[in-house]
Amino acid sequence: MIRFEDVSVTYDGAAEPTVRGVDFEVPEGELVLLAGPSGVGKSTVLGAVSGLVPHFTGGTLRGRVTVAGRDTRTHKPRELADVVGTVGQDPLSHFVTDTVEDELAYGMESLGLAPEVMRRRVEETLDLLGLAALRDRPIATLSGGQQQRVAIGSVLTAHPSVLVLDEPTSALDPAAAEEVLAVLQRLVHDLGTTVLMAEHRLERVIQYADQVVLLPSPGAAPVLGSPAEVMAVSPVYPPVVALGRLAGWTPLPMTVRDARRRAGDLKQQLENALKGRGELRDQPQTRRTRAPSEPHTPVGALHSLSVTRARIQALRTIDLTITPGETVALMGRNGAGKSTLLNSLVGLVKPSSGTVRLGEAVPHRTAPRDLVRKVGLVPQEPRDLLYADTVAAECAAADKDAGASPGTCRALVTELLPGVTDDTHPRDLSEGQRLALALAVVLTARPPLLLLDEPTRGLDYAAKARLVAVLRGLAAEGHAIVLATHDVELAAAIAHRVVLLADGEVIADGPTADVVVSSPSFAPQVTKILAPQQWLTVSQVRAALPPEAAS
Amino acid sequence: MGRSLHPGAWWLWALCLGTAATRTTNPLLLALLIAVSAYVVATRRPDTPWSRSYGAFVKLALAVLLIRLLFATLLGSPIPGTRILFTLPEAALPAWAQGIRLGGEVTAEALTFALYDGLKLATLLICVGAANALANPSRLLKSLPGALYETGVAVVVALTFAPHLIADVQRLRAARRLRGRPDKGVRGLLQVGLPVLEGALERSVSLAAAMDARGYGRTAQVPAAVRRTTAALTLGGLLGVCAGTYGLLTAEGGSYGVPVLLVGVTAALAGLKLGGRRSLRTRYRPDRWDLRAWLVVASGVAVAALLTVASVRDPAALHPGVVPLVAPTLPLWPAAAVLLGLLPAFVAPDPKEPS
Repeated sequence: MIRFEDVSVTYDGAAEPTVRGVDFEVPEGELVLLAGPSGVGKSTVLGAVSGLVPHFTGGTLRGRVTVAGRDTRTHKPRELADVVGTVGQDPLSHFVTDTVEDELAYGMESLGLAPEVMRRRVEETLDLLGLAALRDRPIATLSGGQQQRVAIGSVLTAHPSVLVLDEPTSALDPAAAEEVLAVLQRLVHDLGTTVLMAEHRLERVIQYADQVVLLPSPGAAPVLGSPAEVMAVSPVYPPVVALGRLAGWTPLPMTVRDARRRAGDLKQQLENALKGRGELRDQPQTRRTRAPSEPHTPVGALHSLSVTRARIQALRTIDLTITPGETVALMGRNGAGKSTLLNSLVGLVKPSSGTVRLGEAVPHRTAPRDLVRKVGLVPQEPRDLLYADTVAAECAAADKDAGASPGTCRALVTELLPGVTDDTHPRDLSEGQRLALALAVVLTARPPLLLLDEPTRGLDYAAKARLVAVLRGLAAEGHAIVLATHDVELAAAIAHRVVLLADGEVIADGPTADVVVSSPSFAPQVTKILAPQQWLTVSQVRAALPPEAAS
Repeated sequence: MGRSLHPGAWWLWALCLGTAATRTTNPLLLALLIAVSAYVVATRRPDTPWSRSYGAFVKLALAVLLIRLLFATLLGSPIPGTRILFTLPEAALPAWAQGIRLGGEVTAEALTFALYDGLKLATLLICVGAANALANPSRLLKSLPGALYETGVAVVVALTFAPHLIADVQRLRAARRLRGRPDKGVRGLLQVGLPVLEGALERSVSLAAAMDARGYGRTAQVPAAVRRTTAALTLGGLLGVCAGTYGLLTAEGGSYGVPVLLVGVTAALAGLKLGGRRSLRTRYRPDRWDLRAWLVVASGVAVAALLTVASVRDPAALHPGVVPLVAPTLPLWPAAAVLLGLLPAFVAPDPKEPS
């Protein structure tokens, strides 16, 4: 269905090709996952399928890409619109019209389909994607998962034989992601659609893939194979694979269910290891909680906080206390009020009732200059914090803003981002590097309370591991950290405490293990595999096993 | 919302009410017109982002009224008045500014005249606001001829850009607070300018990519002869329209003005129709021009026509005297005619009712 023949793409002004030697074929009706670290050219490969690379982006494409027999060299994206449906990373920049029903019809109108065909397909698609109740809604009022489904629906109505998706679940909460993946699964099974998708969060998608195309490093030729084969050599892999590699299972398990079937021995080993050391079975959690010390004065406290915005109650009577050295993960659906809670802690949102305190200070009445020394927030889009055109200028500005001695920020950048030169433009940094730069800028003022909104969006596993190490270090130094995240693996790795929000209310607040273990959608993979033992991450398991077992 | 009324019907209705407003300066009639349009908006507007613009239009109308009154107070007015309310200190202006007065006597007559005049303009603005709130501007696009559709989409996309831009500015100004810089004031606004423009540019590029990938701009092959005829008809038609308008507006062109204009319009329309052949587009559920649309338009036309007739027959009632100052009275028949404009509140489909 899709055939790449020795394709390489060089963008204008780049010395080296972004991708090289891409040569594979996607058979009809398969779901193929494109995996690899950030910056290896996954989006370029996806763009080549829809013809946007090179017709829209510029650059030179060598080799040949054919989709359903059409050569993308001679067919422009608009002439491929009836065979390829493309959904980009941000569904909002995909929408042309403003209501759901019109959006579904837009592509078909461009193709010139007959009105009665359009009517039938819109109704079918509304049912297929479960959007019937939303048909008249303005798109701007939908949640992230709903928008993603509308974006998929809007390309599906043209009945393309190929669907190309770039990070379809990265911005979604676990439940919404499953919703979208269930739809894709159904398309592949029922309609025989060929799906090619790139995704960083492999733990969510690997189980649905028929084949995986791995781009191991920039410019390297891709590796094609079954998920188990590719994961055995891949530099990026989900926790279930990490556990499989640790325990030496072959073939590697791709799903939690596979892994659980084989986990009997491992569970026994873990139990013996703990008994052998005379420790209790719930050892992993006690190690995760902070050492009991003198009672701390809270660095942040919310008391029966309610926030109403645009007639919608975003937060309802929230009580929350944050003590130094503690890492709190805020979790919950898209739109549950996580970002509003963080914003009210930095005074961007005024409380409608109740109080917010940072020590003695009231955030929305504190001048920005003083506030940065009490609390720092890295927003969802770290780029919002960066104004200057070089890293050095950004650092100098940060020192000045924070009133820190010159060089403070640069030292932090060197620590977090080794190897970044002074004259790099922040725009040229990768997603993970930009996050690190924004984090350094915020940390320059040494705020005792650090807030992060959705920090792992768009990060690969390596960048995520670096972030985890940095945050652990900060927590050990006594910083209190609050992160709003959909990433259960991240929460499992660093949070001492998880606060679950739903519809603006706190529905659970407790130690990470207690909260996530009891929830099917928020439990990390390792917990699901090794239940009823309460393990959260692979590194915990590795540390608990006797050295000779973890070979 | 079921299938809503044809947006063109709402616009015609609102423009007719606006036309009616230009026929009178009677504040009671104007207030009645505003009340009629407001009632229809209150009962028939859908719950969508664009329908909230009505409030903005009302505020704009109020501002226009106040500015008109302020100017009448400060700059005086050509209306000769005898009832002096108060006297402002008059500024002596140099000779070259002759004819402009700054300050001086403020008479009740001048203020009343300004009030009537401003109210007329405010009513017009509120009527446009009503059309905007009742009819989705992008649905009006669907009624454009095929040849113009793609230009229309570009315009609508450009219009939806403004709200995004404002949201971006707000987000980035908020982010300045996180850097410890003041988030208010003009300097803050200037410093976020560049990032905002960058963001806007990036978004438009990705939207363009998405539209391209979804088949925007696919064209059909048409014979060269058709293409040439289209170009000739459109160009010739537009020239005809220009010449005809010129003829109409100049004194000596009265004889050829109307026929040339008509020929020009016909040629241009034929060109558009022929140009539509290049476009493959079809329409999904276009709004139908049904009986309800006719009724809505008819009610608007009736109001406009009756008030025009009334303004000719009984100018005194529709233009209450300012010199000498008399209290305006509500003329019965014109007022009843304005009430006809309420018809859409009963015949148009209720957007809140599920259908």
